[in-house]
Amino acid sequence: MPVDIDIAKVARLARIAITEEEAAEYGAQLGDILEHAARVQALPTDGVPPTAHPLPIANALRDDVIEPTLDREEVLAQAPERDGDFFKLPPFLEDS
Amino acid sequence: MSAYDVVIGIETHVELRTASKMFCGCPVDFTAEPNTAVCPVCLGLPGALPVPNARAVEWTIALGSALGCDIAAESVFHRKNYFYADLPKNYQISQFDLPLCSDGKLDVEVDGVPTVVGITRVHMEEDTGKSTHMGAGGRITGSEGSLVDFNRSGVPLVEVVSEPDIKTPEQARAYATELREIVLSLGISDARLEEGSMRFDANISLRPPGQQELGVKVEVKNMNSLRSLQRALAYEIERQTKRLDADEPIEQATRHWEEESRRTAPGRSKEESSDYRYLREPDLIPVAVSRETIEAVGSGLPELPAARRSRYREMGLDFEAARLVSAGEGLGGLLEAAVAEGAGAASVANWLTGDVMAQIRSLGTPVEETPLTGARLAELVAMVDGGELSATAAKDVLAGVMAGEGEPRQIAEERDLMQITDSGFIEEAVDRVLAEHPDEVERLRGGDGRLTGFLVGMVMKATGGKADPRQVSEMIRSRAGA
Ligand SMILES: [Zn+2]
Repeated sequence: MPVDIDIAKVARLARIAITEEEAAEYGAQLGDILEHAARVQALPTDGVPPTAHPLPIANALRDDVIEPTLDREEVLAQAPERDGDFFKLPPFLEDS
Repeated sequence: MSAYDVVIGIETHVELRTASKMFCGCPVDFTAEPNTAVCPVCLGLPGALPVPNARAVEWTIALGSALGCDIAAESVFHRKNYFYADLPKNYQISQFDLPLCSDGKLDVEVDGVPTVVGITRVHMEEDTGKSTHMGAGGRITGSEGSLVDFNRSGVPLVEVVSEPDIKTPEQARAYATELREIVLSLGISDARLEEGSMRFDANISLRPPGQQELGVKVEVKNMNSLRSLQRALAYEIERQTKRLDADEPIEQATRHWEEESRRTAPGRSKEESSDYRYLREPDLIPVAVSRETIEAVGSGLPELPAARRSRYREMGLDFEAARLVSAGEGLGGLLEAAVAEGAGAASVANWLTGDVMAQIRSLGTPVEETPLTGARLAELVAMVDGGELSATAAKDVLAGVMAGEGEPRQIAEERDLMQITDSGFIEEAVDRVLAEHPDEVERLRGGDGRLTGFLVGMVMKATGGKADPRQVSEMIRSRAGA
C-alpha cells in the first residue's frame, strides 16, 4: 500500500535541506514506516483503552518552590553571539 | 457595504503568578535582570527534564472550574513543534487532545443583552522567551539582530479557548473583560494586558447570512488593551466586508493590530494545526486528578464576579456602580466594610466610583495600601449626608484621609472645613449680604433667578465656604421674598 508523503513539506517544517535523491530515499523509508503504522491501526482494538503513556503511573509533580538558577556569564558563554546581557540572533520579524 | 454574519472566537493566554516556572524551579520574576532566571530546563539544554508545577496544575483546575468546565480525570502533555528564536527547545510543551479542562461557558452581557460564550478548553502550557528586534545600529555591536531574554521561557501559561460564539466586537470585549475579572478574583495572575501577562488573540471570519460553511479565518494578534481588542475586530469586520463586497479573497493569515495607525497588518501565513506535528511529550507522565481534588477546588473557589455583582445590585447599587465596584481592586471590600459600619450602600458606591477611584488613579497605589478604611469612608459619608460637610469640602477630607492625616472628623476640624449648620450665624451672613447688594436683590425680586447663584456665592464667601449652599439658597429666597 503506497503512502503519498509530501517530503518537501516535511523537510521544510523540520528546517532540513535535502537533495532530490535524499527526498526519494527518505520518502521510501517514511512510506515503510507509515505502512507499518497502517497495519497496526487495522488491528481490532475495540474495548482497549488508549494508552497515554507506557508507564502505569501519573502525577510526578513538583511543589511550587524556587530553585537556584544558572550564572548568567556561564549561560551567555554558550551563546554563538551575545549583545550585553542578551542572546544575539540574526534578525527575525514579529517581536513577541 | 453588505452585512455579513460575523463569527469570532478568542484564545486567551494567562501567565500564572506562581513562584516558580511551569517545568523548572526558576523564579517567575519579570523584574529580574535579563537571562538570570534561567536553568537547563527553560533554556532547552540537551538532557534537561521537565517536572510540572503542582500549583500551576491546581490553578488551571480552578480557572476551569470557575468557567464551568469538565475537569479531565487524566490529561497529558504534548509537544507543539515549531521553530522560533525565542523557543529554545524548538517545541513548546502544551496540551492537545487531552486538555485538563474542557466544555465550559462564560456569560457576558452587552447593553443588557446576555450571551453565553462556550469555552472549548482550558489547558496548560509554557511561555516563550522574549525577543526584541534591534534595527541596524542596535545597542552595542551596532549591527542588526534580535536580542533574546529567556527569563520568560517556561513561565506557566493557561490557554482558554472560546467557542466561535461571539458575534460583535463589543461582545468580544465583554468576554475578555469578564474573563479577566474571573482571573483576578481567583488571584492566579496579574492579568495586566499592557505587560502581556494576559493576551488575547481573536479568530474572525465573515460569511453571507444563511451560509452554513464558515468563511476564511483570520487570526488577529497584538491587542494589548481591551479597547484595542474591540477596535481591531471592528477594523477587521470593515476590511473583510470590503473585500468580500469586491469579490476579493480573504487570505488565511495572522494579522497584527497596530495601535498607532489603528489597522491590522498581515503577518506570517497561518499554520495548519498539523504543521505543528503535535506528539505526546515523552518526558512527562499524565496528570491525574481525583474526584476529591476537583470537588475541593470547586468548593474552595472565591465568590466570582457575576455573583458579587448581583449581590451588590441587591444591596442597592445600580448596574454600572455594581460593575465598577466589583471590578475595582479593593473597592468591594471597602463597600462591604463601610456598609457594615452603617453607611448606605448607594452613597458609599458613589464615593467609591467617583472620588476614591480618581484619587487612587492619581496616587497610583492600590486602595488597600492607602489608609482609607470602610469605617473612615462610612464616617465621611455620614458627615456629608448629615449636612456637616459640603461635597466639595468632603473631597479635601478624603484626600487628607488617603494621605494618612487621620480620621475624617478630625481632618475636617483641623482644616476648618466643617459646615456651619447654626442657622442664626447663616441668617446673619445672609442679611448682611442682602443689605450690601440692594440692586441685585431688586432684580431677584423682579424674577431674575440667576441672581440667586450670585448671592449664594457671596454668602459662601462671607462664611468661608462653610455654609451649606442649599440652606443658604433657600434662606436668600425666603428673606428676599423672591
Ligand atoms: Zn528554568
